[in-house]
Amino acid sequence: MTGWPILSLITFLPLVGAFFCLIVNGPKEAVERNCRSIAIVTTGLTFLVSLVLWAKFDPTKAGFQFEEKGAWVPALGIGYHVGIDGISLFFVLLSTLLTPICILASWESIHVRVKEYMVAFLVLETFMVGMFTALDLALFYVFFEGVLIPMFLIIGVWGGAHRVKAAFMFFLYTLLGSVLMLLAIIAIYWQLGTTDLVVAMERLQLPFSWQCYLWLAFFASFAVKVPMWPVHTWLPQAHVEAPTAGSVILAGVLLKMGGYGFLRLSIPLLPEATQYFAPLVFFLSCVAVVYTSLVALVQEDMKKLIAYSSVAHMGYVTIGAFVLNMQGVQGSIFQMLSHGIVSAALFLCVGVVYDRMHTREIAAYGGLVKRMPRYAFTFLFFTLASVGLPGLSGFVGEFLVLLGAFKVNTWVAFFAATGLILGAAYALWLYRQVVFGELTKDNLKNILDMNRREIAFFLPLVLLTLWMGIYPASFLDPMAASVDKLVGDYQAAIKLARTAALSP
Amino acid sequence: MIIGLESWTLARPELFLAAVTALLLIYGVVRGESSANFVAIASSLALLATAVLIFAPYREGTAFASLFIVDRLTATMKALVLVGAAVTVLMSRAYFERVRAWRFEYPVLVSLATLGMMLMISANDLMALYVGLELQSLALYVVASFQRDSERSTEAGLKYFVLGSVASGMLLFGSSLIYGFCGGTAFVEISKALLDGRAAESGVIVGLVFVVAGLAFKVSAVPFHMWTPDVYEGAPTPVTALFAVAPKIAAMSLLVSVLMGPFKPLFVQWQQIIVVASVLSMALGAFAALRQQNIKRLMAYSSIGNVGYVLLGLASGSEKGIEAVVFYLAIYLVMTLGVFATILMMKRRDVMLENISDLGGLARNQPMMAFAMLIFMFSLAGIPPLAGFWGKLYIFIAAVEAKLYIPAVLGVLASVVASYYYLRIVKVMYFDEPAEALDRPVFGINRAVALVAAFLVAVFSLLPQPLSLIAAAAAKGLFP
Repeated sequence: MTGWPILSLITFLPLVGAFFCLIVNGPKEAVERNCRSIAIVTTGLTFLVSLVLWAKFDPTKAGFQFEEKGAWVPALGIGYHVGIDGISLFFVLLSTLLTPICILASWESIHVRVKEYMVAFLVLETFMVGMFTALDLALFYVFFEGVLIPMFLIIGVWGGAHRVKAAFMFFLYTLLGSVLMLLAIIAIYWQLGTTDLVVAMERLQLPFSWQCYLWLAFFASFAVKVPMWPVHTWLPQAHVEAPTAGSVILAGVLLKMGGYGFLRLSIPLLPEATQYFAPLVFFLSCVAVVYTSLVALVQEDMKKLIAYSSVAHMGYVTIGAFVLNMQGVQGSIFQMLSHGIVSAALFLCVGVVYDRMHTREIAAYGGLVKRMPRYAFTFLFFTLASVGLPGLSGFVGEFLVLLGAFKVNTWVAFFAATGLILGAAYALWLYRQVVFGELTKDNLKNILDMNRREIAFFLPLVLLTLWMGIYPASFLDPMAASVDKLVGDYQAAIKLARTAALSP
Repeated sequence: MIIGLESWTLARPELFLAAVTALLLIYGVVRGESSANFVAIASSLALLATAVLIFAPYREGTAFASLFIVDRLTATMKALVLVGAAVTVLMSRAYFERVRAWRFEYPVLVSLATLGMMLMISANDLMALYVGLELQSLALYVVASFQRDSERSTEAGLKYFVLGSVASGMLLFGSSLIYGFCGGTAFVEISKALLDGRAAESGVIVGLVFVVAGLAFKVSAVPFHMWTPDVYEGAPTPVTALFAVAPKIAAMSLLVSVLMGPFKPLFVQWQQIIVVASVLSMALGAFAALRQQNIKRLMAYSSIGNVGYVLLGLASGSEKGIEAVVFYLAIYLVMTLGVFATILMMKRRDVMLENISDLGGLARNQPMMAFAMLIFMFSLAGIPPLAGFWGKLYIFIAAVEAKLYIPAVLGVLASVVASYYYLRIVKVMYFDEPAEALDRPVFGINRAVALVAAFLVAVFSLLPQPLSLIAAAAAKGLFP
């Protein structure tokens, strides 16, 4: 493929930008302007480079591409090993797409400590991309955990009134989950003498009881990140308090780390335990879908409502991942991508009115359609995408997941499907309360419609949502080979274990 | 064995330090109070020169009829201690000048204490161990109460002295029991007696328990930690910085060489003690620090917690475990020096501050200082990719390989709890509204130490390999 290390370039380019931001000096105004420019240029450039990945990606190959390998800490068997396959390709693109959008979205809304803000986002992008490309368990862990530091600061410094509590909850919940994963990684290292993921996928053979311990350790980490019921309580807090761009990254990328972790680590490394625990995942996901949808119905805060809807949507992701057939897993990944874009856009929609009115209370709004037709259209578009209107991206993922689930367990599919109805209920209710109705509130009478900058960052999201809904094959085809391999390997491992159990 | 030239060349660094310290003492006495600056700089240079002497040229072997041993492990540990002591001497001037206690005795006493630490690290006999330990302790008792017109400092010194004497007594009592049951005080003899089965095992174990208790006091492992918060809080801040690094590393090195040397045959027995001390230290270090307001007290609990992790590496009793101990201590040294350098810069209108809340809004007033502290705090909390994470990873790998699963799980959970109070400092610096601004630090040694330490933490974060090679070489000393 390409001669130069393109993945490392994408990973570390934002750090270069962060470095330049740090050394910018001068009067406050100039520093802010320069930092904004540096940030948007670096993240934009990163996105363009990441498009090269997509262009050069070979969809017929199931294995890893663009691999780079080097020694890092040989004493502990840790290497710098990165590469992507069909599963991780789009997550990398999602991260590189959403970061410049976040920078644009915080162009005017962030005016304190702009320099630090941009540095935090650039560092965050490095960690996110690094996590999705890492093919070494320790490297994966470093990036997975490293994300906490900039995110903690973003919520804590630029967040709302209860930001401190939210930042701590976010950090400690996630940390508690991840340290157990660290022990699981150490156990794998102990077995193999290396933390290389590709080697682990080929060679890791663990007795069933050990598989279960390790699976639970990984589960603790990923379930918090997804988040699954009942460990989702940090999410609404973090979302409500985070600045708009923080919520966007949180919903758009950070939640996907959990789902990605299941697909990348839990399922291929621990297939028997995956089979054993799948019913647990189904149960928790169904509860998540139904329960959090109901909770969303009674929210008074726009961001909180969308946050709860995220938990419900991520429920589909975990169901799809663990039904482990082609449709389910593809649906799960597609749902993550679609949710990454749609929920990000919904948070941006909240951000648009929040920037104008400085409140997120649903009751404070009403009748916006009269003053803001463009906004009303955008909001409606993404609300319907979130509900799963055919022709928009949300539908494809949910449909595939339900299809996959029906093959495995009708009841799971049944409960998951109720989420669709409830989802429509709360999303449309929110839309009705905010956009329709009479324009009675005095302070809303002078509200301005979206400006050009805002249209600029919504437009790509609108187009993408349409593209994903109308022609999902452009996204499903590149991942097909890798997903096929994942499912195939899993079935083979299960069959092997079963024959081993039958013939002592 | 005749005490020949070989012995003297092997103990060259110690002899050099002793000679220079004696000369500086004479110089100080002759020149009086005004010599403090010169003595301080000279003695910290001498400490660094001693560290160089250890490695250039490096020799190993035993000396003075096997009382004294030099190998890679002791050499590395001595280097860490010497660097820690040298830097803390340099860091202390501004503080003591402010409280009008800047006297030449301080650097001399620190040098003498360091000499004691070097002797105890190199001890190869229970007698040598005790002599080194006492030389170190006596000098440190005085140093703790060096700010003699301060009630708190005097109290800290007295407390340290009384409790330290009890620990020394226990150590002596244990040594005498071991002597009685093994018929010798040399490590080689003890080891031989245990392997032959000549020694009555139960008696030796009782003796060993006392010795371990005495050493656990010196490293401030739970349940012998009680003195730590009070002494750390009361002692003058530069002295606290010294306490947090040098004697702790020295005593830990001693614990390693005693347990992994002569008492290796009793591994199964002492492992239980160390595991319990380790888990309790990690837990107490995490929970007790949660509500502290004084940053020195907080660092005391933090150091107790860190000792817990180091002990877990020791408890695994493997080569990897000892590597982990050395690796962790090296990173701990850098982080701790950095934190104390920052604490020494905390002053407002020329008054030294010690409360965490005084750091409020530091990120706005002094972004560089706050950023350095941020790095130290996340590193102490063990969040990747910072250096502290590699230290913990090393320890936990060793623990899992030694099948210490439950302690490892408890250890990671304790690290989550502990991360709360490290985060709290970050929160105060970054989230809180600025309190009244701290004094702008003049470009001084403390600022330089903090920045260099932050830089080193960053380097170790990205490139932990060189440090792990050093640690591996050091651990080879015990596993030839």
